[in-house]
Amino acid sequence: MDRIPILKMGKFLLVTIQVDLNDSLAVALQDDLTKNIVQFGARGVLIDISSLDLVDSFIGRTLSDIAAMSRILDAETVVVGMQPAVAITLVELGLSLGGVRTALNVEKGMALLRASIETEPGEDDGYSAA
Amino acid sequence: MDILRHESIPVHTSDDVSRARQAVRAWATKIGFSLVDQTKIVTAASELARNIIIYAREGQMHLEEIQNGNTRGLRLTFEDHGPGIPDLELALKDGYTTGNGLGLGLSGARRLSNEFRISSQVGVGTQITITRWKGQP
Repeated sequence: MDRIPILKMGKFLLVTIQVDLNDSLAVALQDDLTKNIVQFGARGVLIDISSLDLVDSFIGRTLSDIAAMSRILDAETVVVGMQPAVAITLVELGLSLGGVRTALNVEKGMALLRASIETEPGEDDGYSAA
Repeated sequence: MDILRHESIPVHTSDDVSRARQAVRAWATKIGFSLVDQTKIVTAASELARNIIIYAREGQMHLEEIQNGNTRGLRLTFEDHGPGIPDLELALKDGYTTGNGLGLGLSGARRLSNEFRISSQVGVGTQITITRWKGQP
């Protein structure tokens, strides 16, 4: 079964969703993210949806669930790259994506995450900006 | 009103939902909908096709390219022989769901379409028709 790959970038995890999310992919993604957050002590999750030309209520629900699950594990989630037509459609659909923060792109998403997480003294986020 | 072409797609699995989305996207593109309008009808179709596999397990989506005077449109009909919807008014309320979803599928599809028609009979099945006309917001 295909799984959506998760990249580790310092204290953050990056997920790029480029395929149609079905039930098994969504569940596998949540499982894998949980394991990775705990294993690496990740403080933030970036979900790149710039390839998605559609976000329906199933995908919206998956994003909300990921954000909620990550927060329980002390990690913040930011969704980046939403296409304009998707944003307009989401509003009309009535999907509020509560609990999910958004940013324009990966760079801005990382900046948002770095600003929002509190690191212990002496700890860095493991990622030096270029 | 004329029907210029039509096609039917079975909806049994989540792969079929993907296939249905792609078909609606292709037809909407060919008819010349704006990107936003394409996204709206494809998203509405995704909600309704997914509802079929969640509640009825299997059904069909019919695509029709239609023309009214000078205006082109895309009409989609989703039908199943599933359990049917006992209370349509309740089902159409935002947030109401008998499944695990967000309860936005029916009401959302209605908001995303220019025309919306639903008929359902408990124990018999459900039929939902949505239409989007080119150039109509």
